[in-house]
Parts: sequence; C-alpha cells; structure tokens
Amino acid sequence: MAAQETMILNMGPQHPSTHGVLRVVLELDGETVVKATPDIGFLHRGLEKLAENKTYHQCITLTDRLDYVAGMSNNLAYVLAVEKLLDLKIPPRAQAVRVLLCELQRISSHLFWLGTHAHDIGAMTPLFYALRERDEILFLFERVCGSRLTPSYFRVGGLVQDLPEGFEEKCREFVQTFPARVDEYETLLTQNKIWMKRTREVGVISAAEAINWGLSGPILRASGMNWDLRKTLPYSGYEGYDFQVPVGQNGDVFDRYIVRIREMRQANEIVRQALDRLPKGEVIASDPRVVFPPKGKVPESIESLIHHFHLASEGFPVPQGEVYASIESPKGELGFYLLSDGTNKPWRFRVRPPSLINLSALSVMAQGRLLSDVVAIIGSIDIVLAEVDR
Amino acid sequence: MDLEDLVNKIRKKLPEAVLGTANFRGETTLQIRPEDILPVCRFLRDEPALAFDFLVDLCGVDRLPREPRFEAVYHLRSLKTRELLRLKVSLPGSSPRVSSVFSVWKAADWMEREAFDMFGIVFEGHPDLRRILLTPEWEGYPLRKDYPLRGKEE
Repeated sequence: MAAQETMILNMGPQHPSTHGVLRVVLELDGETVVKATPDIGFLHRGLEKLAENKTYHQCITLTDRLDYVAGMSNNLAYVLAVEKLLDLKIPPRAQAVRVLLCELQRISSHLFWLGTHAHDIGAMTPLFYALRERDEILFLFERVCGSRLTPSYFRVGGLVQDLPEGFEEKCREFVQTFPARVDEYETLLTQNKIWMKRTREVGVISAAEAINWGLSGPILRASGMNWDLRKTLPYSGYEGYDFQVPVGQNGDVFDRYIVRIREMRQANEIVRQALDRLPKGEVIASDPRVVFPPKGKVPESIESLIHHFHLASEGFPVPQGEVYASIESPKGELGFYLLSDGTNKPWRFRVRPPSLINLSALSVMAQGRLLSDVVAIIGSIDIVLAEVDR
Repeated sequence: MDLEDLVNKIRKKLPEAVLGTANFRGETTLQIRPEDILPVCRFLRDEPALAFDFLVDLCGVDRLPREPRFEAVYHLRSLKTRELLRLKVSLPGSSPRVSSVFSVWKAADWMEREAFDMFGIVFEGHPDLRRILLTPEWEGYPLRKDYPLRGKEE
C-alpha cells in the first residue's frame, strides 16, 4: 500500500464563511477532514485589560463590542454581575424591559445567524428575508436608545431612560407579524432537500461530549440536553414567563437550525407576554451611590451637579468580593466573573464567552467530514469573532 | 448545597486539599492546595451526589503585589443539582505551575491556553499548551498587572 499523504489547507482568515477573521488549518485526506485546527486572536483587542482600567460604569460600553450582534444581552450579563456585587434591587419595570429587549435581541441574533448560515451553504434567499425582520428590530432599538448595534441601554440599577413613546405599538406590530415570517423561512429551508442533505448528520456531537466540552446554548440543546439558564437558573424574572425550551435529538447541524428557529418563536412569545404585563413605575433603582441624579435636576441644583460630576468622573466604589453572573445569551452561556478590590474599577474582569468555548469543539465536529461540511459546521456553531477574541 | 457537607466529603477523600472556604452573595469558593487540584476536580465530577460535570470557566488572576501572586479560578457547575462552585488555587509569582484539568473536562483546553497566554500560568499535562490569542513570538503576558496598558514605542 502506498504511503498515505495528507494535505494542509489554510481556510481563512479572510474566508467569507468564517464570519469574521477566523483561520482554520485543515488537514485533509482527499476531501475528508483529518484534523481541523482553529487559529484565533485576529480580533484581540485586550478587552479584559481595558476593562480593568475603566470604572464599572464605563465598562458597559466595552461589553457592546463583545458579541456585536447581541449588544443588549452583553449589557445585561455585565450589569447583573455588578448588581450582584452591589446587592442591588432592580425595579420591576426595568426587569420587564430588559427581558423584552433581550428576547428581541435573541430574535435578531438568530435571524442574522440564519441568513448568513443559509447563505454559506448556498441558499441566498433566506438572507434577504431574515435581514428584513432583523432591521425592524434594530429600528426598534434605535428608537429606544439611538443605536442599532451598541445599545449601552442597561445601567447598573436599571435602564438609562424609559421606553420612548410609541414603542409599545411598534413592538406589538412586530410581534404580531413575526410568526408568519418564521413560517416563510421554514418554507424555504426546513423541507428543502438540498438543505437537509447539507445539514443532516453533519457535525454531530453527543450530549455527553457537548457537556464535557463546555458547550452551551442552542448547540447543547440540539444534542438533546434540556439546559437553558432562563429556566434552570432564572434571572431578571424569567421564572414568571411561560415559554418552552426547544430541544433537539441528533446534535447535528439540522437540529441546531430547528432549535434556533423554534427559539425565535418562543422568544416572540416572551416579548408578547412582556408587553402585556409591562408594569408601570421607575426604571432605575433609587440608590444614589450608583445611580445618576435625574437629568432635569442637574442644571437646577448644585448638589445634583456635584453628584453627577462625581459619578461621571470617579465612578462608584464596589464592595470587595467576587461574583459570577451569567445569562442565556443567543450564543449560549455568557458570564462575567468580576473580582473587586473595593475600588471604582474591577481588579479582574473576565468574560466567559460562549462563542469561544463552543468553537473549541470544532475539531471534534469536523473530524471525518468532508471539506464542504466544515463551512456548514462553523455556521451552525454561531460564532462572533469579536467575542471569541475579545 | 451544604458547605460543611461538601468540605467533609472532599476531606474524607483528600484530607489536606481544602485550605479555606468563603461565601459571598450566595456563591461558594473553596481554596484548594495547588497540588491537589486535579484529584479534587476529578472527585467533584465523579462523586454522584455532587456531579460537577460542567466546567463553566477557568481563568487566571494576578494579585500583585500579593504573594502568592497568581490565582487560577475554576467555576464548576452541576447540570444535575444546578449548583455553582468556585475553586481557587494560589500560585507563586516566580513560577506559576499547576496541573491541567483537561483530562477531567475537555472544555479546559482553550481556557487553560488563554490563562497561559495572558498570565503565563503553566498547566502541566496540557496536551497542547501554546498561545491562543496572541502570536507565538509575543513577549510578556498582557493581563499581568505589571504589563503596560499602552504600547511602548519601538
């Protein structure tokens, strides 16, 4: 028998299907993947180091730039960690608005994933459909905070301001039309023979292996593990919402697709419930240690002006200690580990990035598959390189 | 989770492993003797009543000017009991080395590489310990507290 020779193929970092700047070194035997080694770090900005030199308040804007298609979720995970350190109570209206916006964000993140993932595999139409609805959500975000991708709308203690007038009607319009839109995506893909051939039994990972690799989010649930932090360890009042956690069986690319499609429908239901029950009241805790005085008061009273100046320039000290807070972000478990030395800046600011840890199992999923499957598998992990590299 | 019960369980198996305990905002932290981290992790995963089967996160911390200077922090979770547990080991500034837990959770693969990349903590027994975010020829460990925030002029 002739000696077997493998070929090394470099995929990326400028490959369009790598969703940013990911390089994968592929060792190929013919068209079969022997080994897939991801090479990351091209987008490393030293975000954790930067955060250690900013006040707790300033760090919020840094978190926007982690998973930049899900800014609201990043903000939430971070402020939850700081609020845990401070032991703050959040008003019910702020909680409900946070849930509402994070579920909209989940839909928009999944839509972006759906469009690009389908496009990678060769289906072009879903991209246009998905971005159409995603834009409606971004338009809502723009109304709320003036920004589409980098909201920084959540503050330690609540929200920066209340929802704008007319938001609820616009949001309700979206909620009513969206399920029919998901049906549209499904008519394009779910029963599509090419789609099934490209995704079924591709990139399989078992539940046991997924747990051992620390995978989380839709990719873990697609393997049959019923684990969603919104249900298992609820935060921000998720225990009060009625929704289901979609779970797959086969742990392949197709199941990840189905799980995310169903998650969008469930997220839409949560948004509907949040709109129905949106309580009246304050949107930020009344704790002068960390919360800015009302904008109107600052030019009128010297005490408020000084208070505002102090908070803006020095930030606020946080009790000594360490906490870990995590949420079910669209990508998986997004957590923040904060170590406070009692000053106004975090001593250690650690992000538990779901994209990074989910990507680490790429080699397991790609091994033995064809080269073209690698594209489908990378897409199905749903990575954002800004979060992978930080 | 009953902290005393947990510590007793570990002590029964590994009498010297737990150096201290802390509880803050409902989160439990165990200080572990560095040479015991691997058996402790394996025990926590395999003991059916504890079943810490999920490594949530692993990261380094630099406590400069404190000595021992470095810490490796492990966040474990049991998907069965839904408990979160934090383990910490303190490592000397001169040569921070600790056993890799890759053999317990594969999730540790990239997390340990990142802690090595950013702090220079060496995880002994890791199958492929090299820089992950920075280039191989990079000098220094950026998340150390004595590493400058701004770059130096060439």
